[in-house]
Amino acid sequence: MTTVEPVVDRSVTQALETMLLIRTFEEKSAELQAAGKSPTMCTSVGQEASAAGVMRALGEHDLILTNHRSAGHLLARGADPNRVMAEIHGKSTGYCGGKSGSLHISVKELGVILTSTIVGGELSLVTGVGLSLQMQESDAIAAVFFGDGAATEGIFHESVNLAAVWELPILYVCENNQWQAYVHRKETMLADHISDWSKALGVASRTVDGNDVEAVAAAAREAVAYIREHRKPFLLETYTYRLRGHMEPDDQAYVDRNELSAWRSRDPITIAERRLLTDGVLTSIELAAMKETVRKKVEAAAEFALASPYPNFDQLTTDVYA
Amino acid sequence: MNTITPDQAMTDALAEEMRRDPRVITFGEGTATKQYMLAQEFGKKRVRNTPLAEGIIAGTAAGAAATGLRPVIDLLFAPFMTFAMEELVNSAGKLRFISGGQFSFPLVAIARTGSGWAVGAQHNHNIEAWFVHAPGVKVVMPSTAADFKGLMKSAIRDENPVMFFADIGLLHSPGEVPDGDHVVPIGKAALRREGSDVTLISYGKTVHKCLEAAGTLVAEGISTEVVDLRSLKPLDEAGVLSSVLKTGRAVVVHEAAGACGVGAEVAALIAEKAFDKLKAPVVRVTGPDAPPAASFPLEQAYVPQPDRIAEAVRRQLAVGR
Repeated sequence: MTTVEPVVDRSVTQALETMLLIRTFEEKSAELQAAGKSPTMCTSVGQEASAAGVMRALGEHDLILTNHRSAGHLLARGADPNRVMAEIHGKSTGYCGGKSGSLHISVKELGVILTSTIVGGELSLVTGVGLSLQMQESDAIAAVFFGDGAATEGIFHESVNLAAVWELPILYVCENNQWQAYVHRKETMLADHISDWSKALGVASRTVDGNDVEAVAAAAREAVAYIREHRKPFLLETYTYRLRGHMEPDDQAYVDRNELSAWRSRDPITIAERRLLTDGVLTSIELAAMKETVRKKVEAAAEFALASPYPNFDQLTTDVYA
Repeated sequence: MNTITPDQAMTDALAEEMRRDPRVITFGEGTATKQYMLAQEFGKKRVRNTPLAEGIIAGTAAGAAATGLRPVIDLLFAPFMTFAMEELVNSAGKLRFISGGQFSFPLVAIARTGSGWAVGAQHNHNIEAWFVHAPGVKVVMPSTAADFKGLMKSAIRDENPVMFFADIGLLHSPGEVPDGDHVVPIGKAALRREGSDVTLISYGKTVHKCLEAAGTLVAEGISTEVVDLRSLKPLDEAGVLSSVLKTGRAVVVHEAAGACGVGAEVAALIAEKAFDKLKAPVVRVTGPDAPPAASFPLEQAYVPQPDRIAEAVRRQLAVGR
């Protein structure tokens, strides 16, 4: 039996630092892409509170499955920015030796496993992870991050239904970021909330303001406590917005300007900064110092990735079969 | 030696492996219902029914395999695997490589296939070659009760995802199975009949059609060797080549359609590695590029029958050097 030690909440300040790291990292990544120095990637700019908030509620033995928009989840879980950036660049020093690239980075040692870039792929795998935890009588849970786009896949229904019937310890985190690649959610679904869909399948759920990191962390803690106590799945919908395009580069010409500016005014980082400054938890000098620390970390990651070697050609056919 | 059906042989293999290794579990559509003896012995946690949803069955198997279990899933009929292609091909087949070797996917997916039950093209479709083209997965298709058992045991013990195709036409024909822990290695062909004039290379039920044809050809003074591939991936290249190098003639036979089928791969292998020993061009006898019909005579006509195979052999012997 595995004992789960919940990660101690080290205040919103740390959540802010995590969000700043994600934002700076992804913007740097996009900048390198635009300069022709990095392959393309999908950013989660605007959605940082979801990653930072949910991760704070998970224990070190909990397992995490994510998707193509994963840098935030990885960094919030404590992944080394150098190795994430190197993986995005397809370098041998990356977490997957450069074989993943940006789209399906897994870091088993951190419990970030089986990342799939097939939208909904992670939903089909998480039930198996939940089944393993159940069979092993572990206290740990599996958390799966997916978007509203994945929720429109049939596998969402299959996954949540099976998790309900088999009572699997799974936290479904639907990051409803309003965009499904290049299509707005309102074009593809009539409902506004994925949380309603899981209820229909018998899985308790809740929608939370996905741009308020404190609210996300609190809701995630409750959800995790529910799963640990009842050994049943739960769906947490973090209602948020993808502030950048689907995949770099993306001029977002297809995005409604009013909608974009409305969500920009609700930037999760600005919300957290204002709150911390207003409450006197953080001074503007401390905030500036934090930003500088993060900037240096990200610059170092970029340098590390750029300087790292590509994998050898003998890696072309290794790791195919066990 | 026991005389049992291949269907029973698969179940026996599964039961023995479940006794041997507590990580082995089995689930699928009606698994606990139909395999009630297994459910009784191993309990509802290890023998489960699932919704009629192949995608989540296969995905659950992949996720469970990567985190410590060894699932054996029953996807019923091969065409149903089209609902599980994402999970089997993109997840189980690729995530080991993609992750730089962080995960393994020791799982077995069982699917019935081929003519024999007159169930029509959405239950009967030999798609085994689709998976041969998928990196990271292994593919087996046995022809004897003993191999059904022995290959199933190997498949369950393998660290990779194994697609286990069970030819419907063979499932209920009893055959001899050795006692004890009978294990047949994956990747090893079997020589079913020795001969000197021509090699018939096949797998699944058409192995038996080849043996029938070989029997007929004896009266004509033709000595036919029959190689049963058993494992389609990895392919036993040495096993195929040693026979063809001896006879100098090869006819590849399978029920699946010809284009890009296993036969095409075998023919290419022979052309690449045994060309200078060939006395005649390699030919294939396969199913047509058409969905198999339900109507029994049409269904049987889809399958390479002994007379068609024998005719191909005669043509082989008529040409060449």
